[in-house]
Amino acid sequence: MTFNTASFIIQVTALVVVLAALHKPLGIYLARAFEGTTSNRPERLFYRLAGIDAGTEQTWPVYLRSVLAFSAVSILMVFGLQRLQGILPGSGSLPGVDPWIAMNTAISFVTNTNWQTYVPETTVGIFVQMALLAVQNFLSAAVGIVVVVALIRGIARTRTDRLGNFWVDLARTSFRVLLPIALVGAVVMVLGGVVQNFWSTEVVNQASGVSQVIPGGPVASQEAIKVLGTNGGGYFNANSAHPFENPNAFISLFQVFLILLIPSALPYAFGRMVGDQKQGYTVAAVMGILWLASTALMGWATAAGQGTATAAAGGLGEGFEQRLGPVPSAIFATSTTLTSTGAINVAHDSLPPLAGGVAMVNMMLGEVAPGGTGSGLYGLLILSIISVFIAGLMVGRTPEYLGKKIGPTEMKLAAMYILVTPTLVLALSGITVILPDIMANAPASGPHQFSEVLYAFTSGANNNGSAFGGITTSGPFLSVMMGLAMLLGRFLPIVLVLALAGSLARQVKIPASAGTVPTHGPLFAGLLLGVTVIFTALSYFPALALGPLAEGLLK
Amino acid sequence: MNTLTGYLRQAGTALRFLLLATLVLGVAYPLAVLGVGQLIAPYQANGSIIKDGAGAPAASALIAQASADDSGAQDPEWFHARPSAVMWDPASSSATNLGPNDPKLLAAVKANRTTVASAEGISESAVPADAITASGSGLDPDISPEYARLQVSRVASAHGLNPDQVASLVERHTSSGITAFLGQPSVNVTSLNLAVAAASQASQPAQSK
Repeated sequence: MTFNTASFIIQVTALVVVLAALHKPLGIYLARAFEGTTSNRPERLFYRLAGIDAGTEQTWPVYLRSVLAFSAVSILMVFGLQRLQGILPGSGSLPGVDPWIAMNTAISFVTNTNWQTYVPETTVGIFVQMALLAVQNFLSAAVGIVVVVALIRGIARTRTDRLGNFWVDLARTSFRVLLPIALVGAVVMVLGGVVQNFWSTEVVNQASGVSQVIPGGPVASQEAIKVLGTNGGGYFNANSAHPFENPNAFISLFQVFLILLIPSALPYAFGRMVGDQKQGYTVAAVMGILWLASTALMGWATAAGQGTATAAAGGLGEGFEQRLGPVPSAIFATSTTLTSTGAINVAHDSLPPLAGGVAMVNMMLGEVAPGGTGSGLYGLLILSIISVFIAGLMVGRTPEYLGKKIGPTEMKLAAMYILVTPTLVLALSGITVILPDIMANAPASGPHQFSEVLYAFTSGANNNGSAFGGITTSGPFLSVMMGLAMLLGRFLPIVLVLALAGSLARQVKIPASAGTVPTHGPLFAGLLLGVTVIFTALSYFPALALGPLAEGLLK
Repeated sequence: MNTLTGYLRQAGTALRFLLLATLVLGVAYPLAVLGVGQLIAPYQANGSIIKDGAGAPAASALIAQASADDSGAQDPEWFHARPSAVMWDPASSSATNLGPNDPKLLAAVKANRTTVASAEGISESAVPADAITASGSGLDPDISPEYARLQVSRVASAHGLNPDQVASLVERHTSSGITAFLGQPSVNVTSLNLAVAAASQASQPAQSK
């Protein structure tokens, strides 16, 4: 398979043009949904049935308690009903899901990770897919978005302890934002060949004597929100490499578009909500530059096609789908790992070593370019606060961000935020590799074995969910370790972000002075970019050197 | 309000929210997509099922269909699909997930190269990469046009067809236009083999099998 550079450049350009055209209308729509004070009739009915007082706003501890209570109830529900699959309708003859796998899957889908330690075809039926997993695809994405909305309110508001109402924010994000876009996306996918039915079809080829049972299922509806909500959990084991999830290169590009759609429009909504559009554009520029650089690097590393087996095969092919080929695979692999999606249309384990390394670095950046729905923007806003702190140290002034003082409390929260994920990734990978019994679950040899473990925990703690598929994590030990990575990697940052939002909201706005470091424009964008890249490099370089870099450079 | 009762009250709201949202997002939404899909694109929504001459469902145009024995050797009568980690069984889907430097993958690729070269009667260096590497899904219905062309003479002689006629069938089942540019030109083996079967039947009505 050859890498068609012209096709690559045209597709990347097309994505940039379409997303640039849509970011403003969608950003305005998002901001209106979050800032609106009126509810429509179905929403009022929904609030009444759910017992929600839409008129009251919450303080940050109550907002956080709502996030945590909702996520805990969701995990229990997804876990419990998977265990009961055997007696639920629409599950065929599938039994209840193994407890370790059910636990891992429940955490995985509620944390927007969508790590799949289960084999969908043989583990979960239509009920679990449609009523549990697909629902969490919506709601976990919405939780990410409402948390960044609360942070933006904390920045924009003054002298208040109120951040909004979690339940109202969650309902509006789910029903006003995600649902309509997913509906349109799902219909486009059906037209492109993605299946949407509730039955399988027996086919018999009389001439060659082959008979098959062609699987069915509500795939298009799940596929649309899988990418739109940067979830990534596939209906089938092969995920977006499966022809029924991703029938052709056009649908593949459409999926990348949906992955990037909301994360790339959120900065505009942010700028609008803080009343300074330049702030939104600065953040968007940093996201865009990182995305473009990473995409180019992934294209280069894929085209270079290193590897002894790749060379013996005469080129790329292992793990790639012929109808897609290297160009859609490189574009997909970058965007799926730079957001918290983790869907795959090529086996990442079989990617050339440096391309696999780029996928890992993308996740290690903290998934901020443009990142998961909501989580990408709050990640980059925290990095912005770190950047103004560093800039403040340089000029000897108290750092400020959008008129709010970044004092010791704010800095402690921001610093803890950026330490959580690297600590989880490195500690859990480290513990795993010193356990020889556990390492038997990653049967590869040499540096690639370490890459598989590092990739797994990077993916889990960053709530990505893509995998180097060679590692098996369905056993009790790795199920729990991955569950911990996903749970702590999702909710510790959320606790810190909401605490920060609460602390910022209480402050008065201080007018910008001559000593204020402007947080817009090329200078600050460059600083933010530098902080993001340098922080990632400092945290992960030693681990990367032992894995993908060793693999890619020692040949 | 102390923290515990606060949590309990929140959990109650959470449960009600989740159940109501499940009705909308987990039931109404997929059913709406089902309805629209079955109405405007029933062929795609039901798995792109292609029928044989008698009108019976014969294959899905999107899923590989390989006639192979238990060892994985494909029937010489037909165009061969790419190697598969799941033996082309649509009840599952997977890649090999072997790394690009994995000795197991190296050995598999070399063995596949020898098999394909001898099956087509060509030199080992003429075998294209897609013919000897397993796909990402294990169900990839497509092969490269180069690999399809290499198989024309074998398939034509197995069916007593003119190689030019088979070559033109390959042309007709090669992707073109926008999807080929976005992805790469590919030949759909599943539909190609059904076309070969139809041509074979048409040319030999007396010895229909």
